[in-house]
Amino acid sequence: MSDWSQAVSQFRGDGKASPTVSGNRGLQIEEPLLFEQDAPGRTGVDLPEPPAVKSRLGGVTREGPIGLPGLSEPQVVRHYTRLSQKNYAIDTGIYPLGSCTMKHNPRLNERVARLAGFADVHPLQPVSTVQGALELMDTLAHWLKTLTGMPAVALSPGAGAHGELCGMMCIRAALEARGEKRTRVLVPESAHGTNPATAAACGFAVDPIPANAEGRVDLVALKAKLGPDVAALMLTNPNTCGLFEREIREIADAVHAAGAFFYCDGANFNAIVGRVRPADLGIDVMHINLHKTFSTPHGGGGPGSGPVVLAESLAEFAPTPWVVHGAKGFELLERAQGAARRSIGRLKGNHGQMGMFVRALAFMMSHGSDGLRQVAEDAVLSANYLLARLKGELTPAFPGTCMHEVLFDDRFLRDTGVTTLDFAKAMIDEGYHPMTMYFPLVVHGALLMEPTESESRDSLDAFIAVLRALAKRAKGGEAEYFHGCPRLAPRRRLDETLAARKPVLRWQPPRTDRQAAD
Amino acid sequence: MRYLPLTAADRQAMLAAIGVPSIETLFADVPQAARLDGLVDLPRAQGELEVERALAAMAAKNLVAGAVPSFVGAGVYRHHVPASVDHLIQRGEFLTSYTPYQPEISQGTLQMLFEFQTQIALLMGMEVANASMYDGATACAEAVMMANRVTQRKKAILSGGLHPHYREVTRTHARFVGFQAKLAEPDPEAREDLASQIDGATSCVVVQSPGAFGHVRDYSALAEACHKAGALLIVVVTEAVSLGAVKSPGAMGADIVAGEGQSLGNALNFGGPHLGLFATRERYVRQMPGRLVGETVDADGRRGWVLTLSTREQHIRREKATSNICTNSGLCALAASIHLALLGEAGFTRLAALNHAKAVALAERLASVPGVSLVNDTFFNEFTVRLPKPAAGVVERLARKKILAGVPASRLYPGKPTLKNLLLVAATETTTEADMSAFATALAQVLS
Repeated sequence: MSDWSQAVSQFRGDGKASPTVSGNRGLQIEEPLLFEQDAPGRTGVDLPEPPAVKSRLGGVTREGPIGLPGLSEPQVVRHYTRLSQKNYAIDTGIYPLGSCTMKHNPRLNERVARLAGFADVHPLQPVSTVQGALELMDTLAHWLKTLTGMPAVALSPGAGAHGELCGMMCIRAALEARGEKRTRVLVPESAHGTNPATAAACGFAVDPIPANAEGRVDLVALKAKLGPDVAALMLTNPNTCGLFEREIREIADAVHAAGAFFYCDGANFNAIVGRVRPADLGIDVMHINLHKTFSTPHGGGGPGSGPVVLAESLAEFAPTPWVVHGAKGFELLERAQGAARRSIGRLKGNHGQMGMFVRALAFMMSHGSDGLRQVAEDAVLSANYLLARLKGELTPAFPGTCMHEVLFDDRFLRDTGVTTLDFAKAMIDEGYHPMTMYFPLVVHGALLMEPTESESRDSLDAFIAVLRALAKRAKGGEAEYFHGCPRLAPRRRLDETLAARKPVLRWQPPRTDRQAAD
Repeated sequence: MRYLPLTAADRQAMLAAIGVPSIETLFADVPQAARLDGLVDLPRAQGELEVERALAAMAAKNLVAGAVPSFVGAGVYRHHVPASVDHLIQRGEFLTSYTPYQPEISQGTLQMLFEFQTQIALLMGMEVANASMYDGATACAEAVMMANRVTQRKKAILSGGLHPHYREVTRTHARFVGFQAKLAEPDPEAREDLASQIDGATSCVVVQSPGAFGHVRDYSALAEACHKAGALLIVVVTEAVSLGAVKSPGAMGADIVAGEGQSLGNALNFGGPHLGLFATRERYVRQMPGRLVGETVDADGRRGWVLTLSTREQHIRREKATSNICTNSGLCALAASIHLALLGEAGFTRLAALNHAKAVALAERLASVPGVSLVNDTFFNEFTVRLPKPAAGVVERLARKKILAGVPASRLYPGKPTLKNLLLVAATETTTEADMSAFATALAQVLS
């Protein structure tokens, strides 16, 4: 074998060694940990010598070094730039994670969130000095209430799951105010894991309800489970199969007739924003992920923001703080007193995710009522386009059209030796972030794709072509190729079992020779 | 619409490929009565210029903390953030990526979080830290719930020196999750004796270092008392910069540390997003909430990182998860990690010393104002002064003079007449001599 072909075979991961001396692969540069770049005393920030003062720490002082590494600014900038280049991002390509709504993040939103009048304002400044900040929160609340048709909104929850907690606590408070002790919460099997986790955290027993053959809530089964001990139904709509719950009004009526509340997980609001108001579906409470539908950047895991819209029956229980209109402008009710006396109380420090509020409002104002409606339409259109163009090679989990995301199962991989995981890892080598895998749990080997409204038709076509080619390849008996994927990413498959069995959750200084000898 | 790539021709072609006559067909599953024919009653689309102008007008109505002498703290601190921090967190590969579920193409985020976990564990003097929580207050509530799981007990004792927001958030959880949160009286002089309140039902004692009124205390003896009774000590840190000077919670014997990391790399942001910190001992790691990144190797034996121990988490365990948290504060963690990387040991300890020196100078200056007395025997960069009249009115009058004087205790503890003359005052490395002079002079005027 020539040197060249040997290098290529190694580059494809067929050999163990790297094809290069450095271990780098072109623009993929290996980057040591910060701690491995330490030089004692070096710093990337020049601070003045602190003046000598008599310490007021009372002798409760740190003993010994902390162990932080010393780097200069150029090293730090290079470190994080190199790390960034090992990430896939919506800025680099379609990010089709189902139920995650990875859409374009407009840079105007970043600019306005950094205006000193929003970013450099303290939450505990006198209220008279933050009237513009409260106006922004009030304006955002108006948009959210109008888009959902709901009369009230709690802005403070920090993310979707936190919003769920808020909503379920409000339901508990409302039940207690009625003198009722209801202990059961119904959750469809297709729900996000946060739904049962939230219900359980609020002290409810979780009772799963099955899906029917069409991927929707089985209304008969639901009715059979409803009773005087049911506090609420938690339902995602469109659901995590990408399907609209056709019988949602009947579901709402049945839930209400049983004296329970209807919680809607708003993770999939992007499918209907500007076109359908959740209030018109009979929903009592719903969280909205500003980091999904309203495009605040996901930042590799957060921060999010999860405002909760509430029906009249739950509004008075909303967590503090409340922004209200007073005689001298906007006021903040920070305590469960006065008008807010029945509030469940505080759920988060300060007033919520202001930086996300600014970005979300900028997104809403940029789109307007017309643009938001178009968002829902383009998101649904794009998902159905994927469905239509892929169904010849992949197997749709359910018949008919879908909403903003499309669910396939792994029947198309039957007897190929290729799993959903293998298929996803092959997509990585083709330059794509995989779709959501193995969720929802109601179909086998799920592949859930959400293209959002942000993709051009060319982008969708290129994605479709790759998926079709990979499906053909899998069916063509090339299982071994798939088992070795990815070969071209910054890392090949990582050993998750090892990571969990022997957790190494932080860097440790290397043992010295002397320690090793001991 | 500038954010929507599909053209009218694309939409027509796509409808044809799908085989439906109109977009309306794709919404056929929505009950007819719930389908809006027209637009919701909100303004139409606007260009960048118009949106920026409208939002800038709102921003202009706020008094910018950095534009005036500002001494507001109480859990949120105005520090200098190096320019490179905000530049780096805006790299699209960090900003616009999701939770690192596909580790092969998320090594940037994963390595960064592994470094962050290490940095936070080192600062706190703890063995492990997670990849962040929403904020300090929610981290505190989660810490109490974790202590309840570890001890199988249901009574938490919350110090009177714990930030009131943290106390309130924990109390809200207590009511609905079903545990007892015993709130000690507000303790402006840090004289409380919590050890004597511990009994066999106590799961944890929660204290703050430095305390909400600014005091610095060594909780080592309290840790011993907790452990003797089978309870855990939770130490809350709301000013992360203090860890460069003050004895670490780990060195005091803390079992769990909940903190606010905003001081590192993150702006005031009117209160959010901020950065929840969470650290504990290795033996409790499987009871931790939130995401954890761990080291492993790839198929070629190369070092890499993955999300790990996820059998604690909601997407695997559903109703049996340790917490319902999913999205956390990843980008805020990145900002904090970059800021700490820039500071390093030398910069971080100097920053802490500088903060302390500024606060000492300010305390002396304010205590010399007639009628003003310093409440604290000890403090780091924030302390409490007693004024001869209610602090809220004084703060309001100083705000009219464009001085943000601090946080009146009455804002945090309404309805406590004994606290109404108390004012919490913070200084950081951003505080100048001129700021201090302006504050002392204006305060003397307002009080005279």
